[in-house]
Amino acid sequence: MNSPDASAIPRPDTVYYFGTCLVDLFYPEAGMAGIELLQAQGLRVVFPQGQSCCGQPAYNSGHRAEALKVARAQLPLFLEDWPIIVPSGSCAGMMRRHWPDLFRGEPDEARAVAVAGRVWELTQFLVTVLRVRLEDKGEPVRVTWHASCHAQREMGVVEEPKALLRQLANVELVELKRERECCGFGGTFAVRHPEISAAMVGDKVEDIAATGAARVVSGDCGCLLNITGALAAGEVPVRGQHIAQFLKERTHG
Amino acid sequence: MADAAVDFAAASTEALQDRQLRTNFRRAMDGLMSKRAVQFADQAEWHAMRALGASVRLRALAKLPELLERLEETCTRNGIRVHWAATTDEANAIILSIMRGADARLAVKGKSMVTEEMHLNAFLERHGIEILESDLGEYIVQLDESTPSHIIMPAIHMNTRQIARLFRRKIKEAEDTEDVARLTDLARRVLRRKFAAAEVGLSGVNVAVAETGTLCLVENEGNGRMCTTVPPVHIAVMGLEKVVETLEDVPPILSLLPRSATGQPITTYVNMISGPRRPGEKDGPREVHLVILDNGRSGVYADGELRDTLRCIRCGACMNHCPVYTRVGGHAYQAPYPGPIGKILVPQMEGLEKRGELPHACTMCNACVEICPVKIPIVGILGRLRSEAVHAGGSVKGAGSHASRAEALVWKGWAATFASPAAYKVATLAMATLGNAAPSALPLLKEWTSARVKPRFAPESLHRLAAKKGIPDA
Ligand code: SF4
Repeated sequence: MNSPDASAIPRPDTVYYFGTCLVDLFYPEAGMAGIELLQAQGLRVVFPQGQSCCGQPAYNSGHRAEALKVARAQLPLFLEDWPIIVPSGSCAGMMRRHWPDLFRGEPDEARAVAVAGRVWELTQFLVTVLRVRLEDKGEPVRVTWHASCHAQREMGVVEEPKALLRQLANVELVELKRERECCGFGGTFAVRHPEISAAMVGDKVEDIAATGAARVVSGDCGCLLNITGALAAGEVPVRGQHIAQFLKERTHG
Repeated sequence: MADAAVDFAAASTEALQDRQLRTNFRRAMDGLMSKRAVQFADQAEWHAMRALGASVRLRALAKLPELLERLEETCTRNGIRVHWAATTDEANAIILSIMRGADARLAVKGKSMVTEEMHLNAFLERHGIEILESDLGEYIVQLDESTPSHIIMPAIHMNTRQIARLFRRKIKEAEDTEDVARLTDLARRVLRRKFAAAEVGLSGVNVAVAETGTLCLVENEGNGRMCTTVPPVHIAVMGLEKVVETLEDVPPILSLLPRSATGQPITTYVNMISGPRRPGEKDGPREVHLVILDNGRSGVYADGELRDTLRCIRCGACMNHCPVYTRVGGHAYQAPYPGPIGKILVPQMEGLEKRGELPHACTMCNACVEICPVKIPIVGILGRLRSEAVHAGGSVKGAGSHASRAEALVWKGWAATFASPAAYKVATLAMATLGNAAPSALPLLKEWTSARVKPRFAPESLHRLAAKKGIPDA
């Protein structure tokens, strides 16, 4: 729905990588795996060390000036005209869809819009622009896919990650009954409304358990924190993993 | 509860504990979602339809003041008496005076959410006028001395057994049955007697046409038609945003509304009311009144970004698809409009001091935005309301009422840290070394760990890993 037009983007030699703060703090291995997947496609990956966060936490809490300040600090890190790859649908959505609003009327609006227009969610980029072909080197496993709300509804990423999983010969993908339903994370929602959030993630865990999958794969670390946290609390023996790490694990043997 | 803040959190927590309620909602919403999906299976048609629907509503709003004047003119020409009400109190008073003029003791009403907004029933009863809800769902809710939990399906929170029990308790002639047809038949018998006896019939308005002075009313049961044609006086009540420009603007809305709401291709009845009974006509009321209510809407209208709120055609699809609504049901919102549209509309009408927490009752999953047939950017608007709640000087009533110095400081600190690479580096190092030692009893962590284990900070950040592996910096 919102996917950038792939035909307009020639296969680049170099890409920027925006790791996001959650990946940085909680899932650095997944972040690294994303970089290595891109490198495995022959790309040069640049990781600007000055990066921190897309500004979403403040933006969604109503503190837009603070969100703007943090977003603005990211702009000079992406000066070249290279695609910016983000291993998170939520942060990619913030940058691509909300930065233009956030910077509206600001002196650096044009620059923010230009940067936003180069943002891609990782799996979307792998499938649409790089047209990767993956070779599975892993043991047979059954997995299920959790779709992040912002990846699907802000970035228009629905089929891409599943298409990647389906390329893996030994991976059986079982779809969730309510694949498109929110897991109940929602940033501060999880702590502002812990009971509703718990009810939502509880249903998600039930749905995951019902698939009989050994692993639940997702492209968003917010969802992963929430879902794996609830799986562990409920002692449900399903492992959660970021898709980048899962793909890397399968293709590197 | 005049001006006290309404506690959504407490009400939703209570609702979550009601197993039956949760099952009822889950089942009903699942059914509605799949019925709607069948109606819009053709994606190309859906996109074309909603683009048309949105454009009709946008055009109407762009010319709203002009269209309202036009509507008053055409209605008046048709013999409909038009009344303007700035507040719900004014609207109630207007309706009471019309009723007094008609010597009314009993009024029947077809479904109208605006009158819920006005608490009209309680008001009329206080003034000695009996008012009977005639929509089956509303009738059930009224018997139960409760309020609607959904804007299209007011009694959706109850299952058949609960309704059967209620009928046995409240209706003298009720038999001992849970058969839906028999229950409906019983309600029909009760209602029929009232239709014939009522001096006034009340209704809502789905769409009012400025060009022709026509009031359109859609419904499934025919009770709306009874309310608007049998009693000698008909009073229609609408929010001022319900107007469209021409008759041609009506079909797109009539097509989107039932398909989005209940997954029906069309509704059973479409009433188009263009005035009282004319000489020589056999039926219809001898007086028709139209009450046009503002109740904060013109304030919403004045703000270019918030104005989109008024595009709503009240189909309820956003609540059917809302994961929060599905869990807690409509009553938890304690408002005439629950779910996503309620989260943006109610705080604007009632003020953020009372309703400032409502925009936070959302994970921002965007399911409502994806489904709304007139493309209201619901999540964008609630983001704006979150911001208004903590900043004084905004345009929404109660702006700044949730401002907290402590919270503002936290975000300032956050911004300072995250906008400076050096500070960020220090902070991530500190979090990685200290974060995992934090006790679960700390605020926020306590809420988080009520259903999940504590997240663990990685020993080395991605920044460090990338540097170690020689990933170029620029
Ligand atoms: S906001 Fe959209 S989906 Fe919700 S009731 Fe209004 S028109 Fe329907």
